[in-house]
Amino acid sequence: MARLDSANLARARETIALYPHPRSALVPLCHIAQEQDGWLTPEAIEHIAELLGLTAAEVRGTASFYDMLHTEPVGRYLVGICTNIACLLAGGYELLEHAEQSLGTPVGATTPDGTVTLEEVECIAYCDSAPCAIVNYRYFGPLTGADFDRLIEDVRAGRLADDVPPHGTLNRVRREGGLRVPAEEVAAQRAADDEARRQRREQREKETAAGPAGGAS
Amino acid sequence: MAELRIRPTNEAVTVTIDGREVAARKGELLIAAAERAGTYIPRFCYHPRMKPVGMCRMCLVEVKGPRGFALQPACYVEVADGQEVLTTTDNVRKAQDGVLEFLLINHPLDCPVCDKGGECPLQDQTISFGPGESRFVEEKRHFEKPIPIGPLVLLDRERCIQCARCTRFADEVAGDALIDFAGRGDQLEVAVGSGAPFTSYFSGNTIQICPVGALTAVPYRFRARPWDLEQVESTCTTCSVGCAVAVQSSSNRITRYLGIDSDPVNQSWLCDRGRFDYQAIDSPDRLSQPLVRRDGELVPVGWSEALATVARGIEEVRRLHGPQAVAVLGGARLPNEDAYAWAKLAKAVIGTDNVDAQMGDGLPAEVVLGLPRATIDEACAADVVVLLAPDIKEELPVLYLRLRAAALERRAGGPGPRLIELGQTHSGLTPYADISLAHRPGEAASLLSALTAARAPRGEVAGVPAADIGRAREALKGAGSLVMVAGRPSLAESATFPAQAAAVLAAARPQARFLPALRRGNVMGALDMGLAPGVLPGRVGLDAGRDWYTRAWGQAPAERGLDAGGILAAAAEGRIHALVLLGADPLADFPDARLAEQALAGVGLIVAVDTFLTDSSRKADVVLPAATYAERSGTTTNIEGRVSRLSQKVVPPGVAWPDWMIAVELAAQLGADLGPVSLGELWDEIEAVAPSHRGLSGPLLLSPPARDGVVVPLGPGDRAALEAGEWEPGAGRPGGGPAAVGGGVDTGGGATQPVPAPIDPMSDPGIGAVEQQGVKATATVPLPAEGPARVPPRPEGPEPERLGPPPADAELSLTPLDAYSLRLVSSRTLYDGAVMTQASPALAGLAPGARLRANPYDLDRLGVTTGGQVRVASARGAFVLPVEADPGVPRGAAWLGFRQPDGGAAALIDHSQPVTDVRLETP
Amino acid sequence: MSTRKAAPGFLDAPKVVTSRFGHDDSYTLSRFLATGGYDALRKALGMLPEQVAAEVDASGLLGRGGAGFPTGRKWSMLRPAPVRYLVVNGDESEPATFKDHALVTRDPHQLIEGAVIAAYAVGAMQVFLYVRGEFALGLERVQAALNEAYQHGAVGQDIFGSGFSVDIVVHPGAGAYICGDETGLLESLEGKRGFPRIKPPYYPAVMGLYMEPTVVNNVETISSLPWIVNHGGAALAELGEPTSTGTRMFALAGHVLRPGNYEIEMSKPTFRDLIYSPELGGGVRDGNAVKAVIPGGASSPWIGPDQLDLHLDQKAVQDAGTMLGSGSIVVMDERTCMVRAAWRISRFFHRESCGQCTPCREGSGWVEKVLRRIEAGQGREEDLDLLLDVCDNISPDLVWPPKQTTICPLGPSIPPAVVSSMRMYRDEYLLHIKDGACPHG
Ligand SMILES: Cc1cc2nc3c(=O)[nH]c(=O)nc-3n(C[C@H](O)[C@H](O)[C@H](O)COP(=O)(O)O)c2cc1C
Ligand code: SF4
Ligand code: FES
Repeated sequence: MARLDSANLARARETIALYPHPRSALVPLCHIAQEQDGWLTPEAIEHIAELLGLTAAEVRGTASFYDMLHTEPVGRYLVGICTNIACLLAGGYELLEHAEQSLGTPVGATTPDGTVTLEEVECIAYCDSAPCAIVNYRYFGPLTGADFDRLIEDVRAGRLADDVPPHGTLNRVRREGGLRVPAEEVAAQRAADDEARRQRREQREKETAAGPAGGAS
Repeated sequence: MAELRIRPTNEAVTVTIDGREVAARKGELLIAAAERAGTYIPRFCYHPRMKPVGMCRMCLVEVKGPRGFALQPACYVEVADGQEVLTTTDNVRKAQDGVLEFLLINHPLDCPVCDKGGECPLQDQTISFGPGESRFVEEKRHFEKPIPIGPLVLLDRERCIQCARCTRFADEVAGDALIDFAGRGDQLEVAVGSGAPFTSYFSGNTIQICPVGALTAVPYRFRARPWDLEQVESTCTTCSVGCAVAVQSSSNRITRYLGIDSDPVNQSWLCDRGRFDYQAIDSPDRLSQPLVRRDGELVPVGWSEALATVARGIEEVRRLHGPQAVAVLGGARLPNEDAYAWAKLAKAVIGTDNVDAQMGDGLPAEVVLGLPRATIDEACAADVVVLLAPDIKEELPVLYLRLRAAALERRAGGPGPRLIELGQTHSGLTPYADISLAHRPGEAASLLSALTAARAPRGEVAGVPAADIGRAREALKGAGSLVMVAGRPSLAESATFPAQAAAVLAAARPQARFLPALRRGNVMGALDMGLAPGVLPGRVGLDAGRDWYTRAWGQAPAERGLDAGGILAAAAEGRIHALVLLGADPLADFPDARLAEQALAGVGLIVAVDTFLTDSSRKADVVLPAATYAERSGTTTNIEGRVSRLSQKVVPPGVAWPDWMIAVELAAQLGADLGPVSLGELWDEIEAVAPSHRGLSGPLLLSPPARDGVVVPLGPGDRAALEAGEWEPGAGRPGGGPAAVGGGVDTGGGATQPVPAPIDPMSDPGIGAVEQQGVKATATVPLPAEGPARVPPRPEGPEPERLGPPPADAELSLTPLDAYSLRLVSSRTLYDGAVMTQASPALAGLAPGARLRANPYDLDRLGVTTGGQVRVASARGAFVLPVEADPGVPRGAAWLGFRQPDGGAAALIDHSQPVTDVRLETP
Repeated sequence: MSTRKAAPGFLDAPKVVTSRFGHDDSYTLSRFLATGGYDALRKALGMLPEQVAAEVDASGLLGRGGAGFPTGRKWSMLRPAPVRYLVVNGDESEPATFKDHALVTRDPHQLIEGAVIAAYAVGAMQVFLYVRGEFALGLERVQAALNEAYQHGAVGQDIFGSGFSVDIVVHPGAGAYICGDETGLLESLEGKRGFPRIKPPYYPAVMGLYMEPTVVNNVETISSLPWIVNHGGAALAELGEPTSTGTRMFALAGHVLRPGNYEIEMSKPTFRDLIYSPELGGGVRDGNAVKAVIPGGASSPWIGPDQLDLHLDQKAVQDAGTMLGSGSIVVMDERTCMVRAAWRISRFFHRESCGQCTPCREGSGWVEKVLRRIEAGQGREEDLDLLLDVCDNISPDLVWPPKQTTICPLGPSIPPAVVSSMRMYRDEYLLHIKDGACPHG
């Protein structure tokens, strides 16, 4: 629970370098911080602000716009049940109620053992498997109440550890290498291409002008 | 990067608003063009001084496009030639009513307990257009009621209408986005970062521009209701930028200052120190009656006794030791008229030239007065601005806002200067400077020579690498217009260095103009009025003006007197026998505390004219209580030489007098007639005798075109234009024309509005808008002369020449820095030990305290552990204080604040030495 | 997420974007290469950029993100400037839309191939694939595919020896529907909150990412490009009708027996075909009657059982007063409570309004609260007029296409569900009010 550790700091720097302007890395950096701590700690926010040349208010303010970025601690497993239209039609609310009862925690809260935070979520684009749920953004559905209980049991017991990493770990596949093409090289290429394109257009226009239509006017 | 403009072009276009053809400028926002033409479009999020966001949707009007008329936000649409706009159709009315209703559904409607009640645009709009009964029967949004988000600002999120005025201000105008929106949708709230409160120096502006009562001022909370307030238009004298303010009071107590939109100066903004130090005015510690020392104690007496004591004392000193044994220190807090009266008293009645309004913390008067002056607008429009000054953000905060905005405008591809900063440590403007050259104390003049000489230096100069000097030379070379902001980068080096540096630039670049960075309220007015050695009123040197003033006054000093350092040194040696402290506190303010102490101990008669008992005035034999800001009228002069009005709003405590009156009475006690016996007469005399003020008559100064103040000396044609009412501030001065943002000063007040008057702060936040709240604004300055008008003595003969640029002469020699020492750099912070700040409860605690900052490299090298205490010692003195590592401080230097409540650099500085070297030890 | 074997007629059309969906390893480079992957890219790189753009223009490809703007036209509107960007919109958050999710997860190489083709055609400096944050698996698949593609020489420096170079960056979102709007997305990609920008002047093609001209295209749009290059624009234009060419992925959900993504030819089939064909929706659960269909995402006005013979054609549906939008089709059967369904959609907009515009920020919550009250049996008769009036204040005159008082189209997306359900089933609303309860229990 702190600033980014050295490995994550290196990742953060690499991430920043992917963008023409550092601020673009704000959300990716918040994901890295969440991967480290499970949520966005004030220290991490401060650190990200420093890295991006922003204030803590800007980073916290921007992060809090996004549902997936948590400025308060959440459980190791964030369970989201969709109740949006397709899931509603398939019993999403019934599943949510069941989850509240079986987890013993209301929506928006974390189980007393601190492992599971329950959320009601908007459509997660898995509607052909309604009613569905996400656990740390891994998809499950369609689910009956019993399916749900089994899922939670498996998750808690670590039986799904391969599929469901702890909350905050979103993308386990790292980009291999930073940008591969030096910016000046792209710029030079594009400039040359644009010039060539312009000449072709001129050529074409000349040809059309020289053609019968041009002669007639 | 292309960006939305807020500054229109000069291209004229015609738009049709509600069937009426209106002249506008291309790129101007529709809402502004319409307002100028008398069509007020309601709005909440739009502010003329910030980029539009089009969020509140209150300003929707119908604009004709390719597919017919459609609703568009007038605050976002730029006018275009031939554009057709409808602002009063049913569609528009319905959209605006709808927005208003939406804004109210979650609003607590707690107007009776809201500070904004009575001057709230939301409340007003609701009363004028809003539906009577609420159709919203659901539960409203709830938040914890006001929470402090900073030392001066409270936030009530339930009242917030998400207009983003405050967050935009913090980011766009102030440049420290310490507040920002958090959350989303109807949970959007203004928030700070955790553990990072809203400590901006400019936080109070967010309160003023909040269109509802979401942001309120800690000092103002529940203090008054708008309808109880009376107000006058005045000028802030907390520093010398001279921001236009509305001073509001209720039952003879100042309750609030509001920034007025003076286009050439503050463009509606104020710093928090200027906004909130009114608290000092009714401090219980104010001096309210004269005191005379009896048996070692200061005891209250009447004015006549006090003045008689002073007169007797001065008379005796004069008789025994000659007039040169009398000295007058201070006067920078006095209005122009008062400063003139005191200058005349000292120089013509008493006969001494040992007079200095500056406290050894400024620049030599002849240099300041002789350099060609720039306006703020000129600086913002120059090709290059050279900063050789203390941290402008700390000392002249609103000038910082202006320069920052100008530099950013240039970065965005617009007009605006390149900033070349010649500092001794980093400053608030460093991030906006194109080139920052940190130079060694004592070497500014060599640096300037290197920057302007025909040939580039081969090696480093003043600690600045040759390559950096090369870049700065390039920038300077191409500069057609050039402004130097000239002041003291550090009080721990002699004033000679920056003064020489300015002279070098003036000689090398004849087109250069100068903006003095001298902080004290009316220091520029005091210098103009002759409150300095070697000068006489109207920016003339003693020798050049002696004949003229001998004719005007009957007497003028025969010899050049001493400046503050000289006076104190002479006093310490027993050569000054009577010392008048004109609101001066040399013990706290003079950059050599030991010398100041010895000086006061060596003077037989100390007379303090002051508003508070200070370290120095406590040592006085006679203390005369003076009226202060808002208790007296007059005029003041800012760094540009802009003369503007000061207005009385409340009566002074007890029997405190304005300073000019003390001077007049004292002259009488000394058997002389000072001449003028009213403010009006004083001004008339100034106008008659002071060459720099010629032509600026009292009536002209009061006339509407002079609302933004008038820069003296008047340019050719200015006077005629003023009289004809066609005068524009800055007109006729290169680059000094008014910017066209938000309309002029009269937009809010003068325009006839088809809808209820725009209420401050929604429209032009000008006084006119404030007036429309039903509060009568009066400008009371200068007081008309009573009785038959006295004809001011304008002498015969040719007017004396005004001072010209100083010669660029040789440098002082410096002893090199030894390896164990650091060269001290000292400057002020916005909040410090100043009397008005410390007497304002809201501000007193904000001074950061004495702290030494040095480069981590040096601290490591010297074996000093950071975060702890360090003993700092110079040849002059030593004390123990906290130390911090700061990579922004160059190697070899150590920075220490000047006057903190718990001590400061004055104890370490030897005024007779060119620079101050210190050693650090772990105590 | 299943696409079934084609049957005669409109089902015979080729699969433009889902051809690999039958393979379990559809997301791997080996499968991709084995099924003609990156051939189109090689072919495109052998053409002139403007020839590639001309093929796309000739294909009549309409944007698949919701607005249905012709892709070729969009590209041609790019402001000439040295720096241009391509941003692929994979934020898919429109309720009941799940086609991009499938494309990203199941055929990431096709997306990358399409992105490089587009970058080549428009001369983009850099490509950003903005992928919805919740798509954890999708993000991993795209990143892995991108790594492979770099390795394979299909992205990066001197692609396939053509001399053309471009970098692609996968950018994860973080949960905010409004970042699907192209200008909200650009703000988000710049590291800010996803506040949509005001148009004019901030058209992405003019002042887009970092104020540079930018093409924003949907994942399905971009995924269509390899097929177009391989087969020629004319081949796509032959499918469907001129008003809606090609095929389209329809995300079918709700009370059908076989919910799923179906790529079918445009224009020719009707809603009824889609819902009832045994190869597609397979009919309504329990043989129930259709009560209402949401034809193009939460923002679209609903259609009733009498409108099922409308063709799946952009113009035809537009003329009928609604839209095909994001390609999501939700079927509600006779046992569905219209008030509850409308309420849930309004709740979505309430939660997802970015909060800039007063009418959307405040109106979305107001509408939701009134609907919830009615649904809970605490409605008042005047609430129906109130709802219409509040909606009218968000989107004046409640016409189609909607007018707006707001910055982006999310605001005017609030009324359609409320207004269309109320127009069709006003008595059901009244029943809730009179009985103080939901008639559907
Ligand atoms: C509120 C809102 C949400 C949107 N969400 C998406 C989305 O999730 N995915 C998408 O591709 N387009 C979405 N759009 C449409 C985009 O603004 C844009 O039109 C589209 O990405 C352009 O791509 P296309 O031309 O390929 O369709 C949304 C628009 C709005 C107003
Ligand atoms: S309409 Fe709604 S979502 Fe769109 S910009 Fe306005 S407040 Fe945000
Ligand atoms: S939207 Fe124009 S004033 Fe707020």
